[in-house]
Amino acid sequence: MTRLAIDPVTRVGGPLRIEVDVQDGVVADAWAAATMFRGLEGTLIGRDPRDAWLMAQRICGSCNGVHALASVRAVERALGIAIPGNARIVRNILAGSQLVTGHVTGFYRRQLPDWADLLAGAAADPAAASELARSISDSPSSSTPYFQGVRQRLAGLADSGQPGIFTPSAAPTAAYRLSPAASLVVAAHSLEALEWRRSMTRLQTFLGGKSPHPQTFVVGGMTLTPPWGGPVRASSGEHPRRPQSSAPMPLGERGLSVLTSLIAGARDFVDQVYLPDVLYLADVYRDQAKLGRGLGNLLAFGEFPEDDTDEPKLLLPRGRLMDGDLTSIEAVDQVGVAESVASTHDLEDAELRHPSEGRTSPRYQGLPAPVTTLEGAARYSWAKAPRYWDDPLETGAAARMAVAYAARGEPYSVIARTLANLGLEPGALASTLGRVVARAIEAGLVVDRLDGWLSELKSNLASGDLALADLSDWDPSRWPSEVEGWSLGESSGGAVGHWLRIRDRRIAAYQVVDGSTWNLSPRDGRGRRGALEEALVGTPVPDPASPIEVLRAVHSFDPCPACAVQ
Amino acid sequence: MAAALALPATFAPRITAAIERAPRLPVVWLRGQACGGDTEAFLAAASPTVSELLLDLLSIEYHDALMTTSGEAATAARSSLGARFPDGYLAVVEGAIPTADDGMACTIGGRPFRDVVREVCDGAIATIAVGACAFDGGAPGASGGRTDAVGVTEAAPNARLISLPGCPMNVENLTATIAHYLTFSELPVTDSRHRPLFAYGGLVHNQCERRAHYEFGEFVLAWGDEGAQKGWCLYKMGCKGPEAFANCATVQYASATSWSVKAGHGCIGCTMPDFWDSMGPAHARLPSTLPFAPNITADQIGLGLVGGIAAVTAAHGAATYARELRNRVVGRRRAAAAATAGVVPAPVEGAVATLEPPAAASPGPVEPTPPEPMAAEPVAATPEPAATPKAMTTPEAEPVLEAGPSALVEPDPNEPGADEPEQPESSR
Repeated sequence: MTRLAIDPVTRVGGPLRIEVDVQDGVVADAWAAATMFRGLEGTLIGRDPRDAWLMAQRICGSCNGVHALASVRAVERALGIAIPGNARIVRNILAGSQLVTGHVTGFYRRQLPDWADLLAGAAADPAAASELARSISDSPSSSTPYFQGVRQRLAGLADSGQPGIFTPSAAPTAAYRLSPAASLVVAAHSLEALEWRRSMTRLQTFLGGKSPHPQTFVVGGMTLTPPWGGPVRASSGEHPRRPQSSAPMPLGERGLSVLTSLIAGARDFVDQVYLPDVLYLADVYRDQAKLGRGLGNLLAFGEFPEDDTDEPKLLLPRGRLMDGDLTSIEAVDQVGVAESVASTHDLEDAELRHPSEGRTSPRYQGLPAPVTTLEGAARYSWAKAPRYWDDPLETGAAARMAVAYAARGEPYSVIARTLANLGLEPGALASTLGRVVARAIEAGLVVDRLDGWLSELKSNLASGDLALADLSDWDPSRWPSEVEGWSLGESSGGAVGHWLRIRDRRIAAYQVVDGSTWNLSPRDGRGRRGALEEALVGTPVPDPASPIEVLRAVHSFDPCPACAVQ
Repeated sequence: MAAALALPATFAPRITAAIERAPRLPVVWLRGQACGGDTEAFLAAASPTVSELLLDLLSIEYHDALMTTSGEAATAARSSLGARFPDGYLAVVEGAIPTADDGMACTIGGRPFRDVVREVCDGAIATIAVGACAFDGGAPGASGGRTDAVGVTEAAPNARLISLPGCPMNVENLTATIAHYLTFSELPVTDSRHRPLFAYGGLVHNQCERRAHYEFGEFVLAWGDEGAQKGWCLYKMGCKGPEAFANCATVQYASATSWSVKAGHGCIGCTMPDFWDSMGPAHARLPSTLPFAPNITADQIGLGLVGGIAAVTAAHGAATYARELRNRVVGRRRAAAAATAGVVPAPVEGAVATLEPPAAASPGPVEPTPPEPMAAEPVAATPEPAATPKAMTTPEAEPVLEAGPSALVEPDPNEPGADEPEQPESSR
């Protein structure tokens, strides 16, 4: 038995340590330790609930805006506020475009380096790369000179002696199955993804004022407004300094047309670059869908409300699949969620507590620095262990796609067709390879819906429905003296829940359970592993000096320690 | 072209030569108690673009979110920096540094982040603290925090520091700082809190696109009301623009696509010290008196510096981006000049020209002169309006704000901070 420690695990959303016991070349046991704690649940206490989303969104700058949405929804539920349809649509566009951005950048930046040696593209034949690129997609950037240029850039980087972040891992070359030409194609697309991401940042900035950390939410809706369409008073022409503003207002005619083109660009990139790359990679590495199967318990809170009822239809449905059974969806209710701090650096006991009763009493309880092993430390992570009616579950795109598949709703046909083309059964979604594929399928589904939402918004505004905020309960004097709220939603990383209590117009309690809290969960009071820990068990480690298979499994969850531990 | 880029013509060949001959600047980017937002902001850099930064201008030797290698190989890339780069490296720190529990609330490679920060920053040519958390502890250090989180100033007091507060920092200010260093081999002029004057020398309010409505008493009074639709002033909705020093109003975000005020939400003062407590609540006015500073110039110096980035970009052959940026800068300068006509006569060029060119012609990273308190120099390039308040020439003398969440809640004996002195009641 050999104990391997990987710390820091890079290409994740915060400090993470993974330890595995390897026996006969296979992982026999695993531990996931989030090694950073900030205490934002505590700093929220005592603040104005109308400001809560501002601080809550600082939980994560990558899953940008998701925690603002979760927070503002929880406060709105507590106060019984129903937001206008336009606000729901703008929030969907913000969160949807964020999810797409997260999946694309996650693939090229965080997962791809496990599957391809990008610098190997420096030795590729550009003509072969061009031929390959044209065979898998109709992206316009696929000429030989284009790949020639990218190859030169990569070669310049490799020859400079300062490859920096692109320094390849020490994994044996046999671990990477892509040809040099294929490496050049995906390396070129990685650079394209960086440039493309800027246009997504523009989209987010249009609707959020800035990105990351959009600043246009408000309890009751959004602060965005369509420009004034009524009569203009004469006095406004007499301002000595007329307001200067070159960029269009987001919800004005020009702004809406810019949004349309940005959304079209998002869709083109997903369809022509991201999806084809993932499908190509999945074809090459198909056997890796046998690895990292994990718990087989999948949880989706669901996201993207499509109407304004109390129980709206969701684009990505809510549900739970247990023990690998994709035929029956079990219901999900917030009351089933509970957290244990049995393995957490915390002073509380190991009992499972619903988040509304949750407590956070942080205190480091591991070995003193420098920490060389987690062995012998019963409490080894800053993350709590969430359970649903006592069961550990996996969340994320794989869970959402599996639930959507099982629900046989609109997304079913796309998911089924993609899996069939790859020769994968639906159960393979929650696997080391399947999670990567699931994100690409989901990005395709969501990016296809963005334009529909924008069209609905345009037609609402055109028909005179201009409301973006319901302010009937903005004034705290109207609030009950004590009230509780919660919200269930999804970030790119998984199912997100916020719970809070408002007492005397201030936040009295606040607890967050993020998708990455579920996935990076340490052991609970009964010693059961969390989702990632379980998925690592059985992973082959042919070369303990370079456990690339372990990293693939970790990154397949696209885990975010900053989200997991707030 | 150099003139169009807001730089004197004599600078153009110098910039081009210096940048082209310089090796890529080694950078180590540390993240502690962070949300990753500053990294995300960095990855949306537009001038120069992020791929130009990653491939042509910088060599990021360590960044836990971006690097391929993990574990010991990653740690080795960081600990071997001094040996591999005898000419030095630049450190960037994102996130707060916990000091409670022996720093164990954030460990990297099994070591307290606090120790890593001190080790890396002490060995760096300079350290750039990006974001509010690295500035002064940010959200983890706000009232109610349990980890005694601090910023780089406290965690690495020996570091040669530039701070770019904001939540997140505006990436234009980071690229401007880096470009300034690459071009002039020295760090930009800062105030006493290590904030570059070009970015943090002016009040948001003074360059706000809605400022005219403030003068005319035209305010948004409820979200989405007629005033909101007409783009009126957000002061009565809690905008902290009159209290916050930053260049958001001029530089904006995502290549001047928007900023919070344009999107209808007031400034939350996220560049200010202790902003979670000193600038809250976000949706109510602060009880302080408005600092009626006349129009000031430091933010226009910032524009000049952003123009300087275009020169760097152009030197690397990205003519399109340079053209785009130049148009933007010129347009913005005209807009700024029109907006402030008769109030600030000094042209932007004059302000930038006061920056000293490198004494030696040798390109590449050399030991920079320490950031001396040169605040008076660029500001003095502008004839001062008669009634300049003190806050203008010494931006560190910020308005003293007296309310935070602790002022608004009953002290709870079980909550940390309950023993703090009673704060005056908010005027709300």
